[in-house]
Amino acid sequence: MDSVIESNERLELAKQLVIQLEAGNSTDAERTIDQMTGSRENKLFQDVGRLTRELHSAINDFLLDTRIEEIAKREMPDASERLSYVITMTENSANTSLAAVEAGLPLADELGNTAEALAADWKRFQERQLSVEEFRVLSQKLADFFEISEAHSGLLHGKLSEVLMAQDFQDLTGQIIRKVISLIQDVEDKLVRLVRISGGLEHPTAAPAVMASGLAGPAVPGVDQGDQLNDQDDVDDLLSSLGF
Amino acid sequence: MKILVVDDFSTMRRIIKNLLRDLGFTNTQEADDGNTGLPMLQSGNFDFLITDWNMPGMTGIDLLKAVRADPRLEKLPVLMVTAESKREQIIEAAQAGVNGYVVKPFTATTLEEKIAKIFERVGA
Repeated sequence: MDSVIESNERLELAKQLVIQLEAGNSTDAERTIDQMTGSRENKLFQDVGRLTRELHSAINDFLLDTRIEEIAKREMPDASERLSYVITMTENSANTSLAAVEAGLPLADELGNTAEALAADWKRFQERQLSVEEFRVLSQKLADFFEISEAHSGLLHGKLSEVLMAQDFQDLTGQIIRKVISLIQDVEDKLVRLVRISGGLEHPTAAPAVMASGLAGPAVPGVDQGDQLNDQDDVDDLLSSLGF
Repeated sequence: MKILVVDDFSTMRRIIKNLLRDLGFTNTQEADDGNTGLPMLQSGNFDFLITDWNMPGMTGIDLLKAVRADPRLEKLPVLMVTAESKREQIIEAAQAGVNGYVVKPFTATTLEEKIAKIFERVGA
């Protein structure tokens, strides 16, 4: 409608201008031209004003988005804590595994070396080269070997189990890293929106809020507070209070 | 004794399977979430379920609820082994009918104790 009125108005002004020019009335013609360009400039100023207001309110609304405040104030520092905890866990796991391997290798070596020495004596025994006294010594060595074999295999089993259990970091750090990745994606979305808003392409109210997973995941020291229980004993206490 | 181990991390499934083997349970199978685990339970004659909570697809708590809602599985002993340690989550699991709850990281001894306790109670 506006544009129809506008073009009618323009047409009127243009006709008037032609009449005025044909009549040689230059003063009136000047005034008509001013009137035509004036309305156009007014329109331009109005448009610039409207765009400025829209941009201003878009940026204000964007800043009011509570997720951004949440991310800046809590989730980013939390993410750093979480990633530091990942370093700690992986380091602990590596140290546990290395210590178990370092403790296990000499046990395996001792078993191997003793077996090798005994095999040589045993071969001499089979070839009937041993004296009775030598055989008595060999017999005692064999008895000792059976004893350390049993003990060392128990110790080795324990060390290997330590290495096995030390791999539990992968599940826990995996869960923590997934959480941080989803936070980074959230931040990326917000930044893309900010770029769009400043380009005037989007009004901020339309953006859907991305929420982090509802599950708390592994407890991270210094990050999770509230009702997270500390350890298995706390869990057992709670369960027994529930009649377990 | 046929046991199903459900966890989205294969490393954790391997750890639990190895611990179970140490305890003398060699007949174990694996699933990576409730959606794959539930049909296995429904068709597989399992005696025991060990499940994580936080998994993509069907979570462990939903799997537990589905097991308790299935007349053929409602009596199946279920042990949760999970990093979720919020008070209300443990209460939710207890109300859904879990038989034991182990928080990660756990020790081999803890797992052994909880399993022994469950069988003691189920057997009684």
